[in-house]
Amino acid sequence: MPRVTYIEHNGAPHTVEVPLGLSVMRGAVDNNVPGIDADCGGECACATCHVYVEEEWLPKTGLPQPGSQEASMLSFAAVAQPNSRLSCQISVTDALDGLVVRMPEGQH
Amino acid sequence: MSSGLGRVVIVGAGHAGSAAAAALRQFGWAGRVTLIGEEPLPPYQRPPLSKAWLKGDADFAGLLLRPAAFYPANAIELRLSERVVRIDRPAKAVRLITGEAIRYDCLILALGAAARPLNVPGAALRGVLALRSVPDAEALRRALRRGVRLVVIGGGYIGLEVAASARVLGAEVTVIERESRVLSRVACPALSDFFAREHVARGVRLECGAAVEALEGAGGAVAGARLSDGRLLAADLVLVGVGAGPNQTLAREAALACDDGIVVNERARSSDPNIFAIGDCARRPLPLYGRTMRLESVPNALEMAKQAAAALCGRGPPVPEVPWFWSDQYELRLQIAGLPFDVAQTVSRGNPETGGFALFHLTADDMVRAVEAVNAAPEFMAGKTMIARLRRVAAERLRDPRHTLQELAS
Repeated sequence: MPRVTYIEHNGAPHTVEVPLGLSVMRGAVDNNVPGIDADCGGECACATCHVYVEEEWLPKTGLPQPGSQEASMLSFAAVAQPNSRLSCQISVTDALDGLVVRMPEGQH
Repeated sequence: MSSGLGRVVIVGAGHAGSAAAAALRQFGWAGRVTLIGEEPLPPYQRPPLSKAWLKGDADFAGLLLRPAAFYPANAIELRLSERVVRIDRPAKAVRLITGEAIRYDCLILALGAAARPLNVPGAALRGVLALRSVPDAEALRRALRRGVRLVVIGGGYIGLEVAASARVLGAEVTVIERESRVLSRVACPALSDFFAREHVARGVRLECGAAVEALEGAGGAVAGARLSDGRLLAADLVLVGVGAGPNQTLAREAALACDDGIVVNERARSSDPNIFAIGDCARRPLPLYGRTMRLESVPNALEMAKQAAAALCGRGPPVPEVPWFWSDQYELRLQIAGLPFDVAQTVSRGNPETGGFALFHLTADDMVRAVEAVNAAPEFMAGKTMIARLRRVAAERLRDPRHTLQELAS
């Protein structure tokens, strides 16, 4: 099972196994990883599962599709960076085994 | 207690209750955590029941808030199919219908809200449904077939979402709303008009300002809705979505302060310092608006769960959040942030005819208090930020597309 590492804003890492096909958001919620709120449950309606993808993983996760709901939500998230993603929109694949994402200071 | 060694009992295993249990563990609570729910299912998401799940676009596993293994893995004792009938405050225990008493050091009430019944003759006929739970949604999904005549009573979020899902499934849909417009309790008149037009354009028959006098049946099954003007609207199926009221009986019988909701402070604590109330059942302070209110929304449930867990774990209070709501109908995504208190001006951006648009609601002195956005995520996000920061933005600047959202909100 692919492993994903979530790094809290305070630096605390959490590495968990996430079943193929689940989102990076679900991986955090299902393992009670702090720092991802996921208010809307994965509907891309709230931007409270915002993560920064570690630079070396960006080619594999990709960036939000231009014009997508995710891109629009992030275009105005206060702390968005070029490597920002909504983790509910990243589906876990074998290619993402070892993925590292960091959490912003807060989701609200 | 601040060492986290006591036992927390949470009554109610919906969004709020399960989030409180998870947050207690995230925040380091070391004592026992017991989560008691009336339904046989582990905690699940309710919003999809009127949307994706109803249309068959989501499966049951996807409906669960967390996998079943989550609870034992996090030392959360999940007691399902259990009904709490009494809170014994002197003994610090809750009593189950079976007679069992469960002792607590701290109690979190996450009792939710119950669908308001329709008090008209015929409301108990077969084919008259409400929508709160998975069994409700299953009954509705089984009955919704192409050509079925569905009458929806109540043009609020649930009524309109079901109407939209039912149209997509090919049902014939009539929505009856007592007020003069749909979404009257949650949206401004312009937005109500927009949604009314969209539903009518997709073949929904809309009856606003209409009262149902009775539901009529044949052989025990519903056959139509009789309006007060005498007309009979034929129906094979009736969905009642006329709002919900707080489940506060347990609290009231235990003499906790209640006022359309269990009254709590900014840390979700009730009038008994050992008892918290969170989610739909609670009347809470809204620091951004300087008043108290009961909110029925998932974000509110999650925010209050964090408040209670933080207070119990001796952490500082979480940052107050801007209330927000969403609804999906057809390909329209409505996102609302804030509440329209003390609003004196409304400014629109975008164009309802050609794409996304948003309505910003401001006080007389230009403070942004609420935004209603349809297929307009950036405006929603920008508005939410403005509201959180108590930002003042002159209406003429907000109206002018030459000023970017980034510029206006910073």
